[in-house]
Amino acid sequence: MALTGRAPEPGLITVDPIRCTAHGLCAELLPERVTLDDWGYPIIDGRPLDAGLRAAARRAATACPTLALQLR
Amino acid sequence: MTSVIDERATEAPAAPSRLLPPAGPGRPPDRLDDHLRRWGPAAGLDDPRGSAAAGLIDAVAAAGLRGRGGGGFPTAAKLRAVAGAGGRRAPVVVVNAAESEPASAKDRALMTGAPHLVLDGAQLAAAAIGARRITVAVHRGDPAADSLAAAVHERAARWPAAAPVEIAQLPRRYVASQETALVRWLSGGEARPTVAPPRPSERGVGKHPALVQNAETLADLALIGRFGPTWFRSVGTPDEPGTRLFTVSGAVADPGVYELAGGARGAEVLARAGGGPGGVQAVLVGGYGGRWVSTDGFRAAPLTTGRGPGTVALGAGVVIALPPDGCGVRETARLARWLADQSAGQCGPCAFGLPAISAQLTALAAGWLDRGGVATLERWAGQIRGRGACAHPDGVTQLVTSALTVFAAEVDQHVTGRCSARPEAPPVCPLPTGDEAEPWR
Ligand SMILES: Cc1cc2nc3c(=O)[nH]c(=O)nc-3n(C[C@H](O)[C@H](O)[C@H](O)COP(=O)(O)O)c2cc1C
Ligand code: SF4
Ligand code: SF4
Repeated sequence: MALTGRAPEPGLITVDPIRCTAHGLCAELLPERVTLDDWGYPIIDGRPLDAGLRAAARRAATACPTLALQLR
Repeated sequence: MTSVIDERATEAPAAPSRLLPPAGPGRPPDRLDDHLRRWGPAAGLDDPRGSAAAGLIDAVAAAGLRGRGGGGFPTAAKLRAVAGAGGRRAPVVVVNAAESEPASAKDRALMTGAPHLVLDGAQLAAAAIGARRITVAVHRGDPAADSLAAAVHERAARWPAAAPVEIAQLPRRYVASQETALVRWLSGGEARPTVAPPRPSERGVGKHPALVQNAETLADLALIGRFGPTWFRSVGTPDEPGTRLFTVSGAVADPGVYELAGGARGAEVLARAGGGPGGVQAVLVGGYGGRWVSTDGFRAAPLTTGRGPGTVALGAGVVIALPPDGCGVRETARLARWLADQSAGQCGPCAFGLPAISAQLTALAAGWLDRGGVATLERWAGQIRGRGACAHPDGVTQLVTSALTVFAAEVDQHVTGRCSARPEAPPVCPLPTGDEAEPWR
């Protein structure tokens, strides 16, 4: 049973891959932690968010049109 | 009152022929009378609320049983999670007998040859977690459904008070038997995976917590219920207790389903299937979400539930021997195309990444891809890992990455437009046909 990256941990960004529709807003608003793959879907850098990035991360989560990006 | 941890080793058969019926294929399905004659009465079945059920979870924990469906999750932990999920809704037991792996036949062998062992396990598990309903899931049109229905009927007459058993036939799709897809379908939805959590053990069928367990796991559980953990551990190694079923095919003398002691090495598995008289170039292990392994590596390594240094993960027990004149690149390209078609199309990295990987591999197999193209293939495989809602893309990328390593010399050949295999060598990895238009519901 591969559980890789699916269980949320505190202070982390997660993407619900079923909800995500590759709008790419998250990569614009949080380039420090989100890049896009060749098809425009977000690749999340799994390192915990440091304090300076939390506000940007919150903005990205709010901006995500499908609520796929979540902050835990 | 019999306790499940009672050891009755004297009555237990010699290992490692535990799960499969003594005679080979062609024998009629195991009848209930035959079954009870072979194994004796099942502790707990005549008294589902008795102490046998109460001690079962501890016995399963002591036996060290882990899931046989490919994931290898500790079964006792799952039993506890479902039993403790509580709430007002009683849990349900789901027997995963779908066996979506095209090269696997072990669950079918169990369901046709020893259905009562699997059903004993399901009923014991149900009693242990307080479930009042059991569903056995097979694919639509599975011939095992008939012998299964006969077995269910016989049991209902013998144990009218036991939890009722229903047979469900799910769409013939590879990912339909992934556990979240399975419970979604059993809840009236499409047979496509969902994001977990919530896991089936928390919210499974309807809102009932579901214990989803592979058929072989439950057959093992039935024997642990009868003979106890020490007996169970008398075969295998401390880390790999009990036996394992393997489906061996390809370039071996006697393809078929074999039962071996846990921790067996690849060489023993090949030997049981008569060896590879014409030579074996490489071995595909686990299933189509498994990996290619060099023949020497396969022969020497213990086959284990998890992956560790110097071991090979046995996954769902699929072993396919590639003959010397076959082409690992061509085989993998063909599998990747089928696996890409199996995506449930819900997650971008899977829905777009797998077809891209498949197209790239097809080009490589045809000799049209350059070094840069191979590097792109490797990059994509790395990018996609861990980014689907289910493990399907992880399995595919693992298979593809292993092919690029094990068949590195052959990849080099293909980059220069050549292939050292016999051009007309037929593929050895079986694929189902005619399921392309299968609906998700
Ligand atoms: C794509 C995919 C297909 C699967 N197909 C099966 C299957 O056919 N049978 C099965 O038992 N498990 C299958 N699994 C694993 C199940 O999700 C689940 O882990 C298993 O049924 C749990 O039982 P176990 O703990 O007894 O192994 C599949 C997983 C994936 C990702
Ligand atoms: S903003 Fe939301 S939908 Fe768009 S790519 Fe990011 S996670 Fe996906
Ligand atoms: S990863 Fe693929 S198969 Fe799994 S849920 Fe997402 S789209 Fe479906």
